[in-house]
Amino acid sequence: MEDKEFLEGESEGLSRRDFLKTGLTGAAAVGFAGMPLDALAQKAKKAPAKKEPAGPPEPPEFKVEKGAVLRVLRWEVFVQGDKDLWNKNTKKWEELTGCKVMLEYIGWEDVRPKAAMAASVGAGHDIVLGWHDDPHLYPDKLIDVTDLATYLGKKYGGWEPVCLKYAINPKTGRWIAIPMGGPVNCINYRESWVKEVGYGKPPSDIQEFIKMCKKLKAKGHPPGFALGHAVGDGNNWTHHWLWTFGGKCVDKGGNVVINSPETWNALEAVKELYETLIPGTASWLDPHNNKAFLAGEISVTTNGISIYAAAKGKWPEIANDMNHVNMPIGPVGRPTELHLFNQAFIFKFTRFPNACKHYLMFMLEEPQAGPWIDAMIGYVAPGLKAYKKLPIWTSDPKITPFRECIANMLWNGYEGPEGPASAAAMAEYVVVDLMGDVCVGGKTPKEAALIAEKRLARYYKKATPKAAPKEKKA
Amino acid sequence: MKELSSVQATSEKGGWPQPQLTFSRLMESRNFLGFLLVIPAEAILLIFLAYPFVLGLWLGFTDTLVGRKGEFIGFENYVSLLKDSTFWLVTYNTFFYTIVAVILKAILGFALAIILNRDFKGKGLTRAIILLPWIIPTALSAIVFWWLYDSTFSAISWSLIKMGLINHRIDFLGDPNNARLSLIVANVWRGIPFFTIGLLAGLQTINPTLYEAAAIDGAGSWSKFRRITLPMVVPLLAVVTTFSTIWTFGDFQLVWVITKGGPANATHLFGTLSFQRAIPGGHFGEGAAISNFILPILVLCVLISFKYLRRED
Repeated sequence: MEDKEFLEGESEGLSRRDFLKTGLTGAAAVGFAGMPLDALAQKAKKAPAKKEPAGPPEPPEFKVEKGAVLRVLRWEVFVQGDKDLWNKNTKKWEELTGCKVMLEYIGWEDVRPKAAMAASVGAGHDIVLGWHDDPHLYPDKLIDVTDLATYLGKKYGGWEPVCLKYAINPKTGRWIAIPMGGPVNCINYRESWVKEVGYGKPPSDIQEFIKMCKKLKAKGHPPGFALGHAVGDGNNWTHHWLWTFGGKCVDKGGNVVINSPETWNALEAVKELYETLIPGTASWLDPHNNKAFLAGEISVTTNGISIYAAAKGKWPEIANDMNHVNMPIGPVGRPTELHLFNQAFIFKFTRFPNACKHYLMFMLEEPQAGPWIDAMIGYVAPGLKAYKKLPIWTSDPKITPFRECIANMLWNGYEGPEGPASAAAMAEYVVVDLMGDVCVGGKTPKEAALIAEKRLARYYKKATPKAAPKEKKA
Repeated sequence: MKELSSVQATSEKGGWPQPQLTFSRLMESRNFLGFLLVIPAEAILLIFLAYPFVLGLWLGFTDTLVGRKGEFIGFENYVSLLKDSTFWLVTYNTFFYTIVAVILKAILGFALAIILNRDFKGKGLTRAIILLPWIIPTALSAIVFWWLYDSTFSAISWSLIKMGLINHRIDFLGDPNNARLSLIVANVWRGIPFFTIGLLAGLQTINPTLYEAAAIDGAGSWSKFRRITLPMVVPLLAVVTTFSTIWTFGDFQLVWVITKGGPANATHLFGTLSFQRAIPGGHFGEGAAISNFILPILVLCVLISFKYLRRED
């Protein structure tokens, strides 16, 4: 009863019929977008069990428009198997439907501006596989995909909690994107060097982790974490570091709360960590740690599976000596990771909305998605829980830690709303610079937090309130 | 009356229609023909230069976000930027980068032009080689510098360590001041040829008899340079410096490839900050406003440069 009241009370703008249609996954998301993920998960567990018909759910009927030609924009792959299988599955869909797909792969950092341009001018690619907050920058320009997301969620064990936060428009409670998963990061480490300083593997406790880094540095095997304007690696580990000490940029209401004792503690700790790092990490962009790790210059870093994949091909001695663990956990006592997060969205200007939905559904059905995820050798962890059971995650124990990354992650702009402000804060590297100011800029933690507070306030003050009335107009 | 009818009849039969006569006359008019011939060029300039320029100016006065049409907000973006510490840091970076880089390029470029103006073996080949940094695509040379400045794999650090001159790698891009200087060096390397070739052309127009006359009067090398060379090339130097200032002020590629504005915004310039806030950050209005800050500053640079020129005259 309590849950029912809660759901009904929070689900403004969603009819009872809609609620029944979207099912548990969709409904749990409605109005919960501002809730922490653990609370979200608890609510979902408490929700009254519904009688589901036996067997897999019926797929929604998308009548593919005859002769549809879809233009799909996605990021250039990090692992070749990704592209091979994506192309192969696309060809299968073309044969099945008689339609055409024009695939365009571009550098992953270029997807956002190109998608933004399409949103602005109302023409361009029908489907975009974009990043992080992209759908929340122009939610009113995107097609509602609640039916598709609900079906996929029901069929494949549900979505990881963070998917709801990323793909649902909090104002309407409707899905505006389909989570594709994330190229996730783990701690990459050299086993022999870590053993040399007395650890079987990097400790999960963050203070103990710092101690290990000090010992590694003393032994001449320093760690290396990107502290430059590295879009992926830099943002990911610094956000995690802040959050795991209890610091955050904004609260649920989007109020800037970064200048807090928790943030100062995180900054004191990162300064301690920085002293153990190889010199020059303040200038590191995304490729630097890969190169340094493969050259044997660093013992520990955060990265995706790409270092291991490259090592297996060319440097087997490094591949044999390296392994992965999830990010260490600080005072908050639970995982607070951040990873790149990829999701597909369809623009309203498309002439083939059904074909677009059908294409995405086809690509995420097990016969296609299974081999695709396998071919990525663990680089992209799925948002659909059932795909964590695929053989790739256990075929090599060194890949297994990547499987849980999506379940471990929070969203960009935690714990506030997704939107222009959170996107701008990440694009501005506010959290990376916060750490950089303390480590190389000579600022005290309080000074650095004050700078970050002012920078964040510029976006969270002006962007959030102004966006709302324009939404209504549209 | 009869005559008029016959003219009309001829015209109707397709003899000599009036409009063609007018067009033919228009084509003979120098003014009209000139206007007609520049229409394609004017159209290209209007579409690809004037329109984006005016749009950029307009966006700076709006709160346009990615995917959302903005509203006119007056000077709000500019006021907000003036209160932003990052913007002031970037202003400092841009001025420091431009002033130091342009001065170095001017001195080194001028010196090189004077050397190349002399007769020596392999002069043609040397001139061609000097142009290389200017010819190579900036993004490509930026990647080369990115490697040269790498904190772990820098060939410069490696060479100096091997020569026993230093005992640790140089942190070219991790330290804010080092990063600024490293980018300036890269910019100077790329920009010297423009000064050299530009000034070399000016040097070659100086009549040798002036030097001969000065030599007869007992002028030394310094006097010849100060009294003949410098005054003769100053107009050209002013033009080359103005162009170089404009390009350096609006630089983007070098910084974006090598540091992306880091560490801690120490190398951000107006161009990179504008892009970062407008495109990845989604705030078109604010990004445009940052770009618009460049405009009055550059106009000022040009005015100062020409005022100085006139005074020299």
